[in-house]
Parts: sequence; structure tokens; C-alpha cells
Amino acid sequence: MTKILKSREILLALAILALIALISTRFPGFVAPANLANVFNDTSPLIILAIGQMVVILTKCIDLSVAATLALCGMVAAMLNGMGVPLPVILLAAVVLGAGLGAVNGWLVWKVDIPPIVVTLGTMTIYRGIIFLMTDGKWINAHQMSAGFKDLPRAFVLGLPVMSWIAIAVIIAAALLLNRTALGRSFYAVGGNPHAAVYTGINVGRTQFVAFVFSGALAGLTGYLWVARYAVAYVDIAGGFELDVVAACVIGGIAIAGGAGTIAGAVLGALFLGVIKNALPVVGISPFWQLAISGSAIILAVAFNARQGRAKGRIILKSAEHRA
Amino acid sequence: MSILRKALTTAALATALIATGAHAETKRIALVVKALGIGFFEAANKGAEEAAKELGDVEIIYTGPTDTTAEGQIEVINALIAQGVDAIAISANDPDAVAPALQKAMERGITVISWDSGVAKEGRQMHLNPSSSALIGNTIIKLAADHMPEGGDVAILSATSTSTNQNIWIEEATKVLPNYPGINLVATVYGDDLADKSYREAQGLIQTYPNLKAIIAPTTVGILAASQAVTDAGKIGAINVTGLGLPSEMAGAVESGATISFAIWNPIDLGYAATMLAYNISNGAKAEPGASIPMGRMGAATLDENNEAAMSDPFTYDKSNIEEFKSIF
Repeated sequence: MTKILKSREILLALAILALIALISTRFPGFVAPANLANVFNDTSPLIILAIGQMVVILTKCIDLSVAATLALCGMVAAMLNGMGVPLPVILLAAVVLGAGLGAVNGWLVWKVDIPPIVVTLGTMTIYRGIIFLMTDGKWINAHQMSAGFKDLPRAFVLGLPVMSWIAIAVIIAAALLLNRTALGRSFYAVGGNPHAAVYTGINVGRTQFVAFVFSGALAGLTGYLWVARYAVAYVDIAGGFELDVVAACVIGGIAIAGGAGTIAGAVLGALFLGVIKNALPVVGISPFWQLAISGSAIILAVAFNARQGRAKGRIILKSAEHRA
Repeated sequence: MSILRKALTTAALATALIATGAHAETKRIALVVKALGIGFFEAANKGAEEAAKELGDVEIIYTGPTDTTAEGQIEVINALIAQGVDAIAISANDPDAVAPALQKAMERGITVISWDSGVAKEGRQMHLNPSSSALIGNTIIKLAADHMPEGGDVAILSATSTSTNQNIWIEEATKVLPNYPGINLVATVYGDDLADKSYREAQGLIQTYPNLKAIIAPTTVGILAASQAVTDAGKIGAINVTGLGLPSEMAGAVESGATISFAIWNPIDLGYAATMLAYNISNGAKAEPGASIPMGRMGAATLDENNEAAMSDPFTYDKSNIEEFKSIF
């Protein structure tokens, strides 16, 4: 029992349930199954990106360019749609382009040996700049997109929109990748102890490169979903969203120093933020308080996690302990 | 400066010198825009040509730099001074940087007014704003009220809680609210000009206020996101999304019926009014605080203490004219 209670994921899940209960005292409609499904659907892009980000963070890196990658791939998807390219090709193109942009990040980290935070801070602006160059700052709007392009994420299959199913598929695939494949384990190994990883024959740089490609591909996929869902594409879509993605990972207990974290954690971290984002508009809190509340929730969650995760110090020289 | 630009300026100058002799009697009014090739300004030129036709003895010189820089505009202004035009009506890329060049123009007896995007006070005789905060505030409420004969709940979806323009417009809108009996403003929420947050806030409004009849969004991101949220919630017909938007962006929402009508300034009217004002001032009308200068079919512009005037209510766009304007801006 105590072991279960100590599991970070269970605690986070309980925190989310408590949060939902608290919200429902102010807005009872929030707990309606249809609304909860809606919250999950709304959080799907964040979940997908958080999973990509988590893999990157596992390898001791960080990807600040996810939102810019999303925006660039989304814009390209919208432009391809305008040229009459069929939807499956657009989807494939968005994912491949995302992977390519991720590969640029990964290559700079791997071969040029630039710190990941610097690389992705740079590419973040470059990718947004590319959108501006492609479009001259013009928007692509609802009436310029085909009906099929906009309808796919909204289409209902077995009671849930396709966007939710895509998120669920990504969750399952990523869980299998991380827990059941050698590559998945090497992400953990590279972040947990890079030196030991080298001795076991893992190429650290290459693994980090693959992590960036993975994150980029997911950002590309999300780019299409985002643009289709909000039916608009312009330079600034998902502006600042990379911070939400990192926050979701941190809340979910993914260690920023790498090597520790679970898919369940990342998903719950994203859901935690998703519930707050969806609840604030309906509980009638002044908008001037909303930002402060979102921020405090993040810090509280992280502080809690940090207490949970702090490794107890180990005394290695018993005889020296009292002399100092 | 680039050789190309210099060559172009020289060419323009040469053409103008040749043209001067032919039109000794006509007023030559230069419409200087932020940059050539922008739909909004092409439309303003259309309005200027309309005014010229109406006046008869006016020739419009539609000009501007190839990119939106103050340097480019200064070169254009210098070329216009050399040509000896009668008036310059400018939408400035920088309020201060172009002022010295325009002062030089005024010293040579050229009438200078700014429109759309203003010039510092010392660099022009008057400035024409497309509208005023009070007119915008009134218009956004009126747009919603016009389609609510029985009254009901409306909510405002703004940009950020610190956006100066939006806050002033909302303040003006709240002031005129008593003039619209039955219209009940239930909430003001902020979508931060982010598509996803605006969409979520609109969803929240739909959920929280089951009797909501209209969402007013005085921001282009907000009005689009709210239209999409209303469409996705299957509330087209029940909730009307209105506010300020651009025709090119709003065409889809108007087509689907999520938005019955919305407003923004009309560039054709703006070009027309600017030309009329430049013509009248050049013909002796005094541009001074309190003066009222006629601008043809747009009525008259009354100047305030800064020699600024507002043209009119924002122009309303709906099913009847969206097709015409969506390709313009």
C-alpha cells in the first residue's frame, strides 16, 4: 500500500481527480463524461508533444523548438492542402518534415556538439522565421482549407474524435518503444549515466539524435492536427507552447537531468495542465488571476515532485561523519 | 541606397517632369502608401481614383516604396517634392522618421496630410484616423444587438487583459451599453490573441452561459477562434460571433453562418476621404483645431486639438459584400 502511494504517477492521478472534484463544486457540468472527453481531446496535442519532449529530456537534452516545428509543419500542411495534395500525403509530409527539422537539431547536438538548449533556442526562431519567409506573414484561413482537411481531427470514431485516438495510439506506441525495445532502453541509459552507456556500446550522440528526430516527427504530426482543428495557420500559432510542453514533462516527474521518467507521468502531467486550462474559463475566476494560478499550480506540482524524488544522502565514510 | 531604387526614383522623376507640362491646371495628389503591392492600399487607391473622378480636376499619383521602410518613403517623398505635386497624403511607416522630409514638402507649399498610420504632428497638416475608439466601441455592440431583436446575453472575447486598444474599445462599448436595452453583457474573457486559448475561452463561454446569443471579439485572432468554437459546438444560428476581423480571414465564418456580420475600416472609403481632404486643404481649407473639412460622400472631418479626425464608423461586412472584399485585404 505505501509503495503504491509513493508512486509519483498514482499521486499525480489522485491530484488530477481532486482538482476535477474541486472544479465540479463550482461548475458541475465539468465532470460530465462528454466534457471530460472534450478535455482529453483538447489536451491531445499537449500529450503528443510531451511524449516527444520526454524522450528528448530522458537523453539529458531539451527541445525548445517543438512549438516552432509544429507551426512550420502545420503551415506546410495547410499550403499543401491549398495545392490540392491528398490528405494521406499531407500527413506523411508533415511527419517527415517534422522529423527532418528534429534531425537538424539532433545533428547540431550530435556532430557540432552545441548544447541542446542553445541549438533549439536558435532553431525555434529560425523555424518561425522560415514560416514568415514562406508566407510573407499572411494567414491561411478556414475557407482556404478543404473540408476533408479540417474534418479529420473532428471525425468521431467509437465515441471519440480522431485526434484523441491519435493521442492514444501515440501513447501506446511510445510506451512499447520505451519499455520493450533496445532503443527505448538506451534513451534511459544515455541520460542516466552517459559514461556507463558508452561502455555498454551505446552511441550517446546518435541516441540523442534519434530522440530529437522522434520529438520532431511528433511535433510535425501535431502541426497538422493543430492547424486542422483551429482552422487557421499563421506565423505565431502555438506561440509559447514549448513552455507548456516542458512544464507538462516536469509536472509528470520527468527528471530534467535525464534518465528518469515514465510515459504515464508525461501523459498525466499534460492532463494536469489540460484540466487547469479547460477549467479556468468555466469556473469564473478573474482573468487577472488565471496566469498566477496556472503558474502556482506548476510550481506546487514540481516542488512536490522534487521532495518525492530527492535521493537520500548516503554516508560512505562512517568514521569521518562526526569528525567534520 | 540600392542602385535599383535610385534608378527607379530617377525614372519616376523623369516621367513626372514630362507629365508636368501636360496637366498645368489639374491638382496632382500623391497617395503615398507603406509599400506597393498590399491589397489594403490598392483598395485605398481605388477610393482615391473614385474621388478624383468625382472632383474632375485631380490626378492621383499612387506611389510608395517596395518594402515597408521609412527610408524608402523618404526617397519617394523627395521625388514628389522635386516633381512639385500639389498634395501628399501618406500612410507612414514611421511617425517620426518621415516628418523632416514632409516638413520640407510643406515649406515648398505642398499640402501634407497623413491617413491610416499617422505622422508626428509637426510633419503634417492633419491626420485622418479610419475611426475612433468611441465609434468602434459602439459598432461592436451594435453589430451584436442588430441581430438580437429580443435582447439577451452577450460576452466579449478580447486579446490580452493588457491590450491597450481592446481595453479602450471595450470601455467605450460598456459606456454605450445602456443605449441597447435588453442587451446584457455577462462576461469579458481574454484569449491572449492565441488561437488555442481563444478557442478554449469561447468554449468556456458557451458552456457557462447556456443563453448566450452573441460573442463579441474585437480582435482578429479571437473572432476567428470563436467562430470555429461555435461551429464545432454546433451552435451556428444560436450564437452569433461578431466583432472586428479582416474579410480575407473571415470569409469562411461568414459563409458557414457562424458570423452574420463583422466590421473593420473600409480601405476604399479611407483612400476616398484622404483624397477629398488633401484636395480641399490644397484649395484653401484651413486645417486647424475645431475646423470641419468636407470629404465628399463621407461627410465632414472635424479636427481635434491635435489636428486629427476620425472618418466614420467601421464598415460592416456580411454575406452581401464579403466576396468582393475577401480578395482585397
